[in-house]
Amino acid sequence: MSISNEILLALPELSLLSMACLVLVVDAFSKDPDHRITYWLTQISLAIVFLLVFTSIPDEPRLAFHNSFIDDAMSSVLKCFICAITIIVFLYSYEYLKENKLMKGEYFVLGLFAVLGMMIMSSAYSLLSIYLGLELMSLSMYAMVAMNRKSAAASEAAMKYFILGALASGMLLYGISMIYGLTSSIQFTEIAAISMTSVENSRFLVFGMIFMIIGIAFKLGAAPFHMWVPDVYQGAPTSVTLFISTAPKLAAFAMAIRILVDGLFPLVADWQSILMVLAVLSMAIGNIVAISQTNIKRMLAYSTIAHVGYLFLGLIAGTINGFAGSMFYIISYALMSMGTFGMIILLGRYEFEAKNLEDFKGLSGRSPWFAFIMMCLMFSMAGVPPFLGFWSKWFVLKELVASGYFALAAVSVVFSIIGAYYYLRIVKLMYFDKPDKMTAIKATKQMRAVLTANGLLILVLGLLPNSLMQICLTALAH
Amino acid sequence: MSEHMENIYLAIVLSPLIGSIIAGLFGKLIGRSGAHWVTIIGVAVASILSMFVYKHHMFDGAPDYNAAVYTWLSSGGINFEVGFLIDPLSVTMMVVVTFVSWMIHIYTIGYMHDDPGYQRFFSYISLFTFAMLMLVMSNNFMQLFFGWEAVGLVSYLLIGFWYKKDTAIFANLKAFLVNRVGDFGFLLGIAAVLMYFNSLDYFEVFAQAEGLADTTIVIFGDHAWSLMTVICICLFIGAMGKSAQVPLHVWLPDSMEGPTPISALIHAATMVTAGIFMVSRMSPLFELSETALSFILIIGSITALFMGFLGLVQNDIKRVVAYSTLSQLGYMTVALGASAYAAAMFHLVTHAFFKALLFLAAGSVIIIMHHEQDMRKMGGLYKKMPITWITCFVGSIALIGFPGTSGFFSKDAIIEAVHHSQIFGSTFAYYAVLSGVFITALYSFRLFFMTFHGEERMDKETWMHLHEAPAVVTVPLSVLAIPSLILGAFLIGPMLFGDYFGNTIYVAEKHNVLHEIGSHYEGIMLFTLYAFKHPPVYLAFAGIFVAWLCYIKFPDWPGLIVSRIKWIHCILEKKYGFDEFNQKVFAGGTRCLGRMLWKYGDISIIDGIFVNGTARSVGIISSVIRHIQSGYLYHYAFAIILGLLVLIAVFVHGVLN
Amino acid sequence: MITLTNVLLLAALLFCISVAGIFLNRKNILILLMCIELMLLSVNMNFIAFSHFLGDIHGQIFVFFILTVAAAEAAIGLAILIVMFRNRDTINVESLDSMKG
Repeated sequence: MSISNEILLALPELSLLSMACLVLVVDAFSKDPDHRITYWLTQISLAIVFLLVFTSIPDEPRLAFHNSFIDDAMSSVLKCFICAITIIVFLYSYEYLKENKLMKGEYFVLGLFAVLGMMIMSSAYSLLSIYLGLELMSLSMYAMVAMNRKSAAASEAAMKYFILGALASGMLLYGISMIYGLTSSIQFTEIAAISMTSVENSRFLVFGMIFMIIGIAFKLGAAPFHMWVPDVYQGAPTSVTLFISTAPKLAAFAMAIRILVDGLFPLVADWQSILMVLAVLSMAIGNIVAISQTNIKRMLAYSTIAHVGYLFLGLIAGTINGFAGSMFYIISYALMSMGTFGMIILLGRYEFEAKNLEDFKGLSGRSPWFAFIMMCLMFSMAGVPPFLGFWSKWFVLKELVASGYFALAAVSVVFSIIGAYYYLRIVKLMYFDKPDKMTAIKATKQMRAVLTANGLLILVLGLLPNSLMQICLTALAH
Repeated sequence: MSEHMENIYLAIVLSPLIGSIIAGLFGKLIGRSGAHWVTIIGVAVASILSMFVYKHHMFDGAPDYNAAVYTWLSSGGINFEVGFLIDPLSVTMMVVVTFVSWMIHIYTIGYMHDDPGYQRFFSYISLFTFAMLMLVMSNNFMQLFFGWEAVGLVSYLLIGFWYKKDTAIFANLKAFLVNRVGDFGFLLGIAAVLMYFNSLDYFEVFAQAEGLADTTIVIFGDHAWSLMTVICICLFIGAMGKSAQVPLHVWLPDSMEGPTPISALIHAATMVTAGIFMVSRMSPLFELSETALSFILIIGSITALFMGFLGLVQNDIKRVVAYSTLSQLGYMTVALGASAYAAAMFHLVTHAFFKALLFLAAGSVIIIMHHEQDMRKMGGLYKKMPITWITCFVGSIALIGFPGTSGFFSKDAIIEAVHHSQIFGSTFAYYAVLSGVFITALYSFRLFFMTFHGEERMDKETWMHLHEAPAVVTVPLSVLAIPSLILGAFLIGPMLFGDYFGNTIYVAEKHNVLHEIGSHYEGIMLFTLYAFKHPPVYLAFAGIFVAWLCYIKFPDWPGLIVSRIKWIHCILEKKYGFDEFNQKVFAGGTRCLGRMLWKYGDISIIDGIFVNGTARSVGIISSVIRHIQSGYLYHYAFAIILGLLVLIAVFVHGVLN
Repeated sequence: MITLTNVLLLAALLFCISVAGIFLNRKNILILLMCIELMLLSVNMNFIAFSHFLGDIHGQIFVFFILTVAAAEAAIGLAILIVMFRNRDTINVESLDSMKG
């Protein structure tokens, strides 16, 4: 493949990179305190990238740059979702930043670089490109968490995130070096081919793989590598929490699929058991500890941990359908999480964040419509039919049972019942308790419209789950 | 062409739904007239397209269409799909449903004119149209069930439309509960189909039906049941609930608490006939079980006869029509039992028109009388409301089967079919439907005379202000009167004796009564003349005559008769005691049982030990575990490293093995 | 003669020291940053050793990238450190405990 063709394959990434640089420069010269130009340029560049990816979804995987970059259906689908989700995230964020006087152009620039990192992660086909994408994403996000320079909590969260993230990526690197040493390659197909044949080295391969799984688990926030999640979710500005809890999860999922399925599938039996341990721990810790939380962001952080446990169930099933189930899970989780944090932003005002569960009291009296949307989101998170969240659990559990892991499926069902408690508690607060004060909801029309669409999407996709499932199945078909 | 057709089918289903959503969610925004325009246009589109599809199908000879439009879910090798089956049976239903619904939408503008829930009402009836179309156009059991439950849902919503009225709420609850009983059977039937046929698609099931005809299953004990009988009876129990057959009929008279357009659309013309439609659709299954057919025949004939009696003692104008609906549904069921599915469908179609007409006429009287429904306070209305009077007359003669009208052909066909039927119970059924004819004529003309003739029994003030209903009411009345009068003559030849239904309806050779009648059939004129050789026509005339005697000529006769046979009247007044029985035994008994279980089972064992106990312990565990999250960075790092070491120890060094 | 195992052991030792540093140090965040640098260097050592003994160039390329990323990482880390210091007037690890549970 000629170099120009290779560049064409990476066109979305390259255009995002140049747009991000452009936004950076434009923002430096703009005097607008609201950073409108920056905001709109950012949204436009994301939209362009979305279209570029969307119009060129390939049927066959195509490799470029010495086989370290892949353009296939999975990467394209994930990139589309990453871009679309980020557009909405920025829309919510813009309102939030303006309201809380945190508006800085860097937010969007860093966001764009993080998206670039995620896109590289989705398309990475060698350990080097995956590492670079991961770092690009993580470094941008460390800075975003520390964005609110006046907040002690934010800087504490950023510090914790940074140190632990660096530790995790150090471990990932150590694992990468071991795998490289054992297979003398950093390209996934070659790693898969060599690890298939080198039986005598399998113990060492598992040794390296464990380090790499820690890197993945850390990014997704699986127990026991989850400790950063609650603190960062709580400390970071809500718009950043919203960002962290959505798009990066898709990229981390891509990383998991690339490393575990494309690269280390010969070791499937080993990583299945490792993930099983992590999944059970995540579901247990996430669901149980969430119950005693009073801060909603922290509670949602624990719920993320629990959801990652369910996400792993699809990987444990070890079949294409299982992986598709996981992909369905992570996409629907991102959509639900986006709506939920959007709702927190909607309810917040300057110097007042809807940070406690109590702030949801009597929401049905203040705004019946948004109480209804929030109820949809909470039911969906809890996995109540016919919402999207039910199907995401259904698909992974179905594949898990089909692969014969009955006990694990039973355990996860029990934990999801425990988990339903804290979601339904919010519904109860909204509908059965009296509000402390009847303040009106202050938000722009577009925020309301997008949030409404977000909530209804959960319902509509829940009624027509097969459409999303088909997308996931085709994405993982090869 | 077929791709275009698929879009048309989708448009037929979706346009009422869109109308309903707009009127329901944005009702305040678009206002009252906006709401009726958007829904009426939606239904009109559906209706016109349905007629187009009907023409395309019945006259241009397009082939049957059977395909899935969307796979909703596939699980364990079974596809749950949304699909359409467009064949003579479903196109007939589509035209009837959308046309009657369209007329009723228009009528509603007049009837609900001052109601505060105007938009909500339009939203509901359009939603109903959508649900009913999903039901009749379905090509699989899942969608059938969806439509079945969705029409039920809208029906409950509409019975309780005036939710501030206690009786409406009670009726609503009653309809809900009784239908649950039926739906339970229906669901069991579908589950049995899924279990033994491993498919939910109609044709896949029908194709295997013959092969499983002799299968028997053991439910409990040692007695082996024929699989087909079990499936068919279960499905028919669903039909009994929806089509209000004895003993699950009790909800239908009470459903008259809803607004009249609903009584016409849902509780007379369309939804209640869903059961009849469903059994006709499943004819390949029902034909395999003679037991089930006999069961249907007997239930149907009991309903046809005994519900007719009740119509004689009612004074509420809508309830009389409601009981006549029950009785007519009984006729259709009898036809199903006699394997004369085509006759049942024929009666369904004609009944939809003339019964909707009767309800709307009754409704027209009710609005003009300011929501007075007691016939004892009416009389002589023909002077004030000529159009309502004439259309009601048309409806009544169609209902009693006056020679030449639609109802005559369909009802006569049913009676003839039962006469020829050989299966167990057919003799009883024959006499039941025969005496039913007399009863029908009696109560219909009792209603007609009491309302429109005789002395004016309302007060002077009301009488002075009476006038004909507005055009939005009289136009639908007139439009419905036409098919009530003439449709039968057009349809009888092809529908009963021709190949109107093609292969859609399957009748086993030995049950084929219609074929037997058809061998003598020589056109409608002869059919009509031939009828004069048979008792039904004379019974109908006798009914009218007796009604005339009792309510015009000698108005004090009814009182005298009642005083002579007080006990019979009492039984009829109490509606054979079904309501009391249900109230005391089922409602009271289950309440008592429920209280006991609640007290001992729920509060002490489940709540006390399991629910609250578990919740408490989980809460305690939670508040302990959360302290692992100490806030210190080095503890977090330690957790990561500990995790790493444990994983290495277990999976690399194999500590555990 | 230095064998591959020798180098790997050295790298592993460095890695362990840095990891231990991260969770044993309870005072100064700057030391944490140093530990992270050390960890990345130990990984670099691994890569170079493998690259040398396998005769494969990829490992050395990887090292260059790691060095670059490490520089960026340090920059971000120090920036966060400064923000934190401004907010709290301390860079004590033990003072980072306002969020827990």
